[in-house]
Amino acid sequence: MALKILVTAKRVEDPESKIRVRPDGAGIVTEGVNYKLNPFDEIAVEEALRLKERHGGEVVVVSIGVDKSQTELRAALAMGADRAILVRHDGPLDPAVVSAMLQKIVEAEKPDLVLMGKQSIDDDQNQAGQYLAERLRWPQATFASKEASLESEAEQKKDPGVVLGADGRSLTVVREVDGGVETLVLALPAVVTTDLRLNKPRFASLPGIMKAKKKPLQELAAAALGVDLAPKVVVKRLSEPPARKGGVKVADVEELWKKLHEEAKAL
Amino acid sequence: MSNVLIVAEHGAGAIRKATLHALAAGQEIARRTGGQVHAALLGKGLGPLAADLAAYGVEVHVADAPVLERPLAEAFAPVLADLAKAIGATHVGAAATAFGKDVLPRVAARLEAGMATEVLGFGGDGANVTFRRPMWAGNVLAEVEIATAVKVFTVRTTEFAPAQRAAAPGAVHAVAVSIDPAALRTRHAGFREVKSERPELTEARVVVAGGRGTKGDFAPIEALADALGAAVGASRAAVDAGWVPNDWQVGQTGKVVAPELYVAAGISGAIQHLAGMKGSKVIVAVNKDPDAPIFQFADYGLVADLFQALPALTAKVKAEK
Repeated sequence: MALKILVTAKRVEDPESKIRVRPDGAGIVTEGVNYKLNPFDEIAVEEALRLKERHGGEVVVVSIGVDKSQTELRAALAMGADRAILVRHDGPLDPAVVSAMLQKIVEAEKPDLVLMGKQSIDDDQNQAGQYLAERLRWPQATFASKEASLESEAEQKKDPGVVLGADGRSLTVVREVDGGVETLVLALPAVVTTDLRLNKPRFASLPGIMKAKKKPLQELAAAALGVDLAPKVVVKRLSEPPARKGGVKVADVEELWKKLHEEAKAL
Repeated sequence: MSNVLIVAEHGAGAIRKATLHALAAGQEIARRTGGQVHAALLGKGLGPLAADLAAYGVEVHVADAPVLERPLAEAFAPVLADLAKAIGATHVGAAATAFGKDVLPRVAARLEAGMATEVLGFGGDGANVTFRRPMWAGNVLAEVEIATAVKVFTVRTTEFAPAQRAAAPGAVHAVAVSIDPAALRTRHAGFREVKSERPELTEARVVVAGGRGTKGDFAPIEALADALGAAVGASRAAVDAGWVPNDWQVGQTGKVVAPELYVAAGISGAIQHLAGMKGSKVIVAVNKDPDAPIFQFADYGLVADLFQALPALTAKVKAEK
């Protein structure tokens, strides 16, 4: 039972980059900042590829963003995705709006499954997957994880962490929730958002990178989707959190204890 | 009307602590908007929980039905959205727990509302209440406005003191539930409680974390953590090396923590890691390398071998108890 899977691939600031706020508070300093595929989306791409390798089907990656998001789409194609869609949009990406755009893509592509990172590491909103599921009235499983560790044999064999039912129409998902691990069975089509422990994404191979250059990448303008593009959440001002004042060095454990006990009252 | 609806959580027959922090956030919004705080309690066989919640002086709306036994977002969202409309809620919130983050965006979608996640505080008054929230893993603070009539949010519980019981309890109302269980396409198939002798990383008052400097030996980290009743964290380097489980990872792509005390041992202080812990009240760094970047963030730095310093500190903690 082949699966058609739509996966999101957002272009975000490299988590290793130092993020600084512009003096006017209207944005962040982008000079010298590297960009990459959102790490949670990378996990979603990996999971989609594993499902395809097991069951057959097609993996379509979609990005909403500036022209340069092609780089992140090509990265996903190099990992093994089949084709890509870029919705060109230069402006704030609010989950309410993003999900409305994705709804249009889903209606056109009719995937069996949408896999998304649980959040993008720029806005950290953790909403788009859930908004999309509700707009589509589809079931959802957020924070998809698995019981097996990332050092396990199953992981070495690249077994999918989300498991397709024998009927090919349901998906079993283990999710990290408060105080434990929950298992949900979703009737497809469904939306699944990925957490850190679901898998270890593969590195693109050199042949993969070469092949990716020739894979189809369709572009369309956000305005062509016919959704209201006005952000629902408006960022008024950005600031940097109060800087931590330079600390003191202590000579030994005895002094450290004293400071923590008497000065900081933390112990 | 500009009422605030707070979605309660419960487990093991009690209202969860996180909900009390969310109620406090709701009370602050109500002060700014002149509205009333209401609470939604959904589940099956809720019994005395409604009264427990009403004791905080909020009007409680109880939806008690078999179909709501498990907190499935697909089932909870329509009940909550209908309730929010019925009571004229302008603000709908919850704690930024796995539950809150799972369910609230679906409620927002139903209400055509914008949403702010992991809110740290509020500004402004009336319809123009603004929300302060972290972006880029807390490297940036954003003041945001939600442009829709209804505003949805989750709050970081560590930023709000828990609500206090009121002199007079709030009224309790029953909510009719018309969800057809057969129409649900999500099925709960199991729950495994993860029992740990240690507190949960994001809720712990003290976190002791280890990094590359442990060379894979977390025994001194865990010993100190246990002496302090602390949770154990790790840097990405330690997790990637396979030394400790992934869910110990503190950092931008792991967990963001803000305990009263964070002890970083053998952690150099990569940006990735700092983003996940620099909201901690007091930071202690123990590292052999006097030039490690972590020392620029630590309130107290000790240049020492963690394999000597941590056992000594553990002994001191035990002796002083």
